[in-house]
Amino acid sequence: MTSAFTPSRIAASLGILVVFLAGWEWGPGALGIKTYLIPPLSSVAAGLMDLFRADNLWFHIWVTTLEVVAGFVMGSLLGVIGGYALGLSVTMEVVLSPYILALQIAPKVAFAPLFVLWFGFGLEPRILIAVLIVFFPVLINVMTAVRNIDPDLINLARSFKASRMQVFWKIQAPASMPPLFAGLRIGATLAVIGVAVGEFAGGNSGVGYLIVLTAGAAETPKVFAAIFVLTVIGMLAYWLVILAENRVLHYMPSREHKGF
Amino acid sequence: MTDTRLEFRNVTKKFQDRLGSGRTIVAVEGVTLSVQDGEVVSLIGPSGCGKSTLLNMASGLSETSGGKVFVDDDEVVSVNEHVSFMLQKDLLLAWRTIRENVEFGLEIHGLPRDERRRRSDDWLARCKIADFADHYPHQLSGGMRQRAALARTLATDPHVLLLDEPFSALDAQTKMILQQDLARTLSEAGKTALFITHDLVEAVALSDRVLVMSQRPGKIIEEIIVDIPGRADPMERRKDPKIGPYVGQLMSLLHVGEAELEPV
Ligand SMILES: Nc1ncnc2c1ncn2[C@@H]1O[C@H](COP(=O)(O)OP(=O)(O)OP(=O)(O)O)[C@@H](O)[C@H]1O
Ligand SMILES: [Mg+2]
Repeated sequence: MTSAFTPSRIAASLGILVVFLAGWEWGPGALGIKTYLIPPLSSVAAGLMDLFRADNLWFHIWVTTLEVVAGFVMGSLLGVIGGYALGLSVTMEVVLSPYILALQIAPKVAFAPLFVLWFGFGLEPRILIAVLIVFFPVLINVMTAVRNIDPDLINLARSFKASRMQVFWKIQAPASMPPLFAGLRIGATLAVIGVAVGEFAGGNSGVGYLIVLTAGAAETPKVFAAIFVLTVIGMLAYWLVILAENRVLHYMPSREHKGF
Repeated sequence: MTDTRLEFRNVTKKFQDRLGSGRTIVAVEGVTLSVQDGEVVSLIGPSGCGKSTLLNMASGLSETSGGKVFVDDDEVVSVNEHVSFMLQKDLLLAWRTIRENVEFGLEIHGLPRDERRRRSDDWLARCKIADFADHYPHQLSGGMRQRAALARTLATDPHVLLLDEPFSALDAQTKMILQQDLARTLSEAGKTALFITHDLVEAVALSDRVLVMSQRPGKIIEEIIVDIPGRADPMERRKDPKIGPYVGQLMSLLHVGEAELEPV
């Protein structure tokens, strides 16, 4: 499974990183770009240190992480439940699908100021946006997965006299796992976006708040450093989902065989 | 050997047209047939004549529109643990090992773990896939997967097997080997089977009798008793000079090679 990571590929990937970092450090200067617009890498690093020292970055990371985890867990839980309900019941889907579609199309992040108005400057509005934004890809993926299960598989179980519960637990639930995890992966990155937007909209905590604060003071190195921190949080969330996915979907053919 | 295992009495099946035009499609009409204990009967007929429809009614997954189906003299009103089916698709569950797939029906029937294990060991060996017991389906070839599907079908010890073109997706050689193993297994276990196929040689080589159906609405138009010894050994049977005339007879009944009207 790890054989896709050949030394030459790893080297190439690291090469891109080196070129990118070098370009960042010396590129803007060479092109005559003002350092307060795009600061070189070294001052971003210094900005990061500053954030830790002067701006209590660990606290903000803690807040943002908490919001991301809470939003992701609640959003995907609701998405999974909703996805199975809609996938299993035609009535539910027909009755609810227009509203779900409308909610899906509505730009959820636009609700951020409203949520702040309703719930104040605490963590709740941020978590709520994350929940809303994570909910849909998970719901849609689970619903379509349940719908697309080969009816002959269900007939096979029925032919052995399986009860509805058995059909669900032995066929429908496991068969929908791969798309469910694909939805969770999307959800993990969206949760970070939702939380960041929520933090932009109000309050005085979280990495998103730091971005607004430092950008307002034109402390560009710190802005970049905070964006970097958000990216790391997002990557960690994504990576945790992949880790869970690899454990649950261990039976799947490894990706390198897909080409045959 | 005269017990009737599976019987269709004047069975008709109608479908409402899918497009909701209200038109009724008569898939099969007035089908009467019976399969005796230990018999293997093939069902052949043009595509869309209702072979799979008959099989679905026998398995209890779909109801008849008229007439009755009996398994072991009991009317089929719903799914029935004495009947097992196997399709062209192997229907193996990707998240289960081959052994767990073979035990699938046993698990639903609520058999204890030891008993499941004993039965799956037995059928994995008899279907020659014991070496792959702990593999996942995607690691197996098409032929191996069909062997696993056969083992799962037999593991619940059904009285009647319904086989719907089980080998039609396999290459010619794999197919012959699997036919051979199926024929031997059915004969050793004394199982009764209704076997749907489009392969006329396969139908003759594997069966005691071949039933021929007409175009839709499907009816049984002919019954041919295969008078070649050695049903458990279709490889030998294929070499028998009587195969040719049987196949020729089936070809003319099905109008194979004649100018055909497009089915409606
Ligand atoms: N659920 C359904 N709704 C409407 N029509 C159906 C349904 N199932 C089958 N039919 C129709 O009934 C007829 C018989 O179908 P069936 O699948 O039994 O044919 P078959 O003999 O198995 O064909 P093939 O050899 O191609 O597998 C077909 O015309 C098909 O379109
Ligand atoms: Mg068919």
